[in-house]
Amino acid sequence: MPAGTLYRGREGMWSWVAHRVTGVLIFFFLFVHVLDTALVRVSPEDYDKVVATYKTPIVSLLEYGLVAAILFHALNGLRIIAVDYWTKGPRYQKQMFWTVMGLWIVLMIGAIYPVLGHAARVLFGS
Amino acid sequence: MATEVTPVDEVELTGSSVSYSPENPAPVIEPPRARTKRTQSPGRSARTNFELYGWLFMRLSGVVLVVLVIGHLLIQLVLDGGVTKVGFAFVAGRWASPFWQFWDLAMLWLAMLHGGNGLRTVINDYAEQANTRFWLKTLLFTAVAFTIVLGSLVIFTFDPNIR
Repeated sequence: MPAGTLYRGREGMWSWVAHRVTGVLIFFFLFVHVLDTALVRVSPEDYDKVVATYKTPIVSLLEYGLVAAILFHALNGLRIIAVDYWTKGPRYQKQMFWTVMGLWIVLMIGAIYPVLGHAARVLFGS
Repeated sequence: MATEVTPVDEVELTGSSVSYSPENPAPVIEPPRARTKRTQSPGRSARTNFELYGWLFMRLSGVVLVVLVIGHLLIQLVLDGGVTKVGFAFVAGRWASPFWQFWDLAMLWLAMLHGGNGLRTVINDYAEQANTRFWLKTLLFTAVAFTIVLGSLVIFTFDPNIR
């Protein structure tokens, strides 16, 4: 780390950075998602037309990214609560960070087939 | 009639202070954490616990949102064919039940307020000009209020027989 900065790097700072970035991304998706869902008040055809784009391979990949952002934000958020309220939380924040990353990787592997399976069938047939 | 001697007169000024006197006082040094209109003395009504409640809300809503949002992802993206089943008929089927209406309404309100407060923190951290902060937060407040009202109206006025 360069001198004269407050940023300390390592698990503490980078989890904070990732929490911010994923939080902002999720917020903007939420805004769009409420707008697309509002189309159910316009007509079933308009709603289904827009939802059809959610089923294309490229948007499916974005959905996988959304799942990645949400799962990290959720797991790291629970870690933040543990740091704040559990008396030993601050001492184990690093271990909890790597637990978060481990769980996140397992869940992301588990999400590959359910979220991307349809995209694979569209792209490669059957 | 003896002239009254005040303690100030007894102090012998030296160095650069020689030019100062009761008639020509040294300039007042502003205390480092000066009270402005917005940071009045403790006990006055201008001080609230808004930031404390905001901090608490992020943690409480966060725990609830973990359940609501991961449940939502499982239903919409994982179970029963994933995203392929989603359509008007699927939405109509779920919102026929007050349970799922309430689930989605709670998720909408908590997520928008949680995200809105998060973005407020981000704006406060990175927008350095007071003017920029004000307009970004005005825009944010408008977007959050609009989305919550629109989403709530959609859930409450949903009509499965619209066509």
